[in-house]
Amino acid sequence: MSMVSKRYLSSIVLALAVAIPSIAQEAHVGDLTGHAATGKKLYRRYCVGCHGPLGDGNGDNAPWIDPKPRDFVGATFKCRSTPTGTLPTDQDLFNAISRGFTNSNMPHWDALPAQNRIDLVAYIKTFSPRWQSEKAGDPIKVPAEPAVTEQSITHGGELFQKMECWKCHGQQGRGDGPSAPTLTDSKDQPIRPYNFADAGNDSRFKCGTTNEDLYRIFMTGVDGTPMPSFADVIQPNDAWDLVHYLRTLQPHRRGPETALSKKSGAKAPSPAKPPGTGY
Amino acid sequence: MQLRPGTQRNIGQFYKSFWILTLFLACFVSTASQPGYAIPAFARKYGLPCSACHIGWPVLNNFGLQFKDNGYQLGNDKDSPIYQNNGYFPITFRVTPQWHLENTNKVAIDQPDGSQVEQGVTTHGFDLSGLDIWTAGTLSKNISFQVLPSMGEGDSFHFESAWVRFDNLLHSPWLNVKVGKFELDNLLSEKRFLTLSGVGGAWFNYHFLPQGDGNGFGGIGDNQLGLELAGHNANSYTRYSIALLSSVDGNPGLTTSFAQTPNGNTARTYDVYVNVNQGFPVKGLGVQRIGAYAYVGQNPTYYLTSDGTPVKGQGNRSFSRVGAFGWWFFKDLDVETFYMHGQDNVFLGNNVAANDPGALPPGAVGPTWNGGFVEAHYTVNPQFILTGRYELVHMSRQANSNLAGTPNLGNVDSFTIGYRWYPIMLSRAGLAIHNEYSQSKMGNLAPLSGTDQTQRSLMIGFDFDY
Repeated sequence: MSMVSKRYLSSIVLALAVAIPSIAQEAHVGDLTGHAATGKKLYRRYCVGCHGPLGDGNGDNAPWIDPKPRDFVGATFKCRSTPTGTLPTDQDLFNAISRGFTNSNMPHWDALPAQNRIDLVAYIKTFSPRWQSEKAGDPIKVPAEPAVTEQSITHGGELFQKMECWKCHGQQGRGDGPSAPTLTDSKDQPIRPYNFADAGNDSRFKCGTTNEDLYRIFMTGVDGTPMPSFADVIQPNDAWDLVHYLRTLQPHRRGPETALSKKSGAKAPSPAKPPGTGY
Repeated sequence: MQLRPGTQRNIGQFYKSFWILTLFLACFVSTASQPGYAIPAFARKYGLPCSACHIGWPVLNNFGLQFKDNGYQLGNDKDSPIYQNNGYFPITFRVTPQWHLENTNKVAIDQPDGSQVEQGVTTHGFDLSGLDIWTAGTLSKNISFQVLPSMGEGDSFHFESAWVRFDNLLHSPWLNVKVGKFELDNLLSEKRFLTLSGVGGAWFNYHFLPQGDGNGFGGIGDNQLGLELAGHNANSYTRYSIALLSSVDGNPGLTTSFAQTPNGNTARTYDVYVNVNQGFPVKGLGVQRIGAYAYVGQNPTYYLTSDGTPVKGQGNRSFSRVGAFGWWFFKDLDVETFYMHGQDNVFLGNNVAANDPGALPPGAVGPTWNGGFVEAHYTVNPQFILTGRYELVHMSRQANSNLAGTPNLGNVDSFTIGYRWYPIMLSRAGLAIHNEYSQSKMGNLAPLSGTDQTQRSLMIGFDFDY
């Protein structure tokens, strides 16, 4: 074989070695298997405007979007069931696409068939080499939720003070704590703490809507933001108490925590007026 | 025949060049297209590519349908206009500069001696479509609106649509109320389809009336005035709508008369339109949709007049349009199927006043017909889409025994093929190069011979949307 032929052959082998893993990337949720090759077409249709053709969050629309679109190359994901610093599971990414993100431009894509969404997950995983060298973290265990009681709410309130959650989220959970104006994300973009009082009855958080989701948020942290993981800091029962207390900061929500809090005479934060109605 | 060697070589080179050119064009269209990020009014608001909501603009995909059903809301914080930049204004302009050719055979042409002969007529040239100035969005969270003034060249403006909608009443997506003039909730939307030519620019089924019929109803493709209650599940796979409509075919102005339009706005009754449809995902193919609809209405057959001007419709008689439809997805190929059964009351069908039954011709009956179409789209990529359609409407019963002698009178057989290429889907605007050929055969409509008449349209245009 001539030198030229050998050079061509080695180039082809190298190109295949780079290309095949990304094209062959798969994702799995339940009995669904996502394929990156299919996901690429869907990504181009639905996602490229914000996340960009390279998946680095630099799409055409990115300059006008706040918060900025996710950078898939870094593979740092906010919503995970896995410990801080680890890769999310396919299910986490699937849920994020399906659910969308409150306080952002990312809509919920549940109108797409589940197969489309899992194909997108597979393609998103081709942007970062981390998916080749690392496995997703093991999902944290969420113990059964204890009953909501006055004591759990009171104890949760004490933890809210002790752990200084108020520094970012504010004493009434409005996201207006003294540290709030100084916060930035991992890309040095300003970021606002979650405003509990602003949430409607659907009480959407960044990473879900249920008490279990809320528990998971502060046990896994929100990677890429100043919100840390408290998994090594508080015990599961304390975490549940904190969940119950945080629910009382959502005056629009009709839940057992709010009802119990009102019954005990605690003063709930006054609901925020919807924008445009403050006349 | 024996060819000289040089000639054979030339032919060989021609074929070689032809295939190279074809391959180049195919590769160019399928791979060189940039990702589709068009940002008309809504995409500008939400920062989404236009291909997120459209299979090929303007046909909505599942995500776009869900967005529309939610009252032009994505369910995030950008929904309320208070969050928008002050400079944002949700407006889109759409117009189509084009070259087109129109051909109709068997047209009655006047002769110098006063007689007429049938001959074909072909006209062609550069032209403009009408202009749509379309604005829509949210007035507040869960209150949406649309205003669409529209005009053709040389015409005055009219309101194609203007409505306000109260979304997610009682926090339920199943309760949405719209009031004003609006497109009927046709899942297969004629306002959002891919054909624009003179013959192919409307679905015949959506506007069909038998020959000689006096019904002023313009069809389920016409926007109507009224109130609509609609709902859907979270992902808009299950949808319903029921509308109560003034029997005026969308013409506003209660105190004004339109003597030119048979029903105008002097009809004083109401119609009802119902549409239900269901989507179900099929693994590996996409979301399939099936549905059914019914439009039941009335139309006046004569008028009270004042100084000869119609002031109120009288003698209302009924008509209906009912049917079913499907929208089938096979990955990048989608196929729309549609069926309609139509019937008009005998007085409408024979254009006779209901208070003058003696004027009905012998053997008068209410006309009935059946129609349907199959329309396919193949999405090569979000910026290139091929389309083809076959449509027919066939009379199953003519309005009287005179017409029964020509059972094909008014029948329509039509087909359309075309493509749309979106070379520009950059931020804030979209441009489609649109090429289409359409042909229809109208049964027994040749004015002198009574034979079938054929109409043809060929157009190439630039459909742009800002």
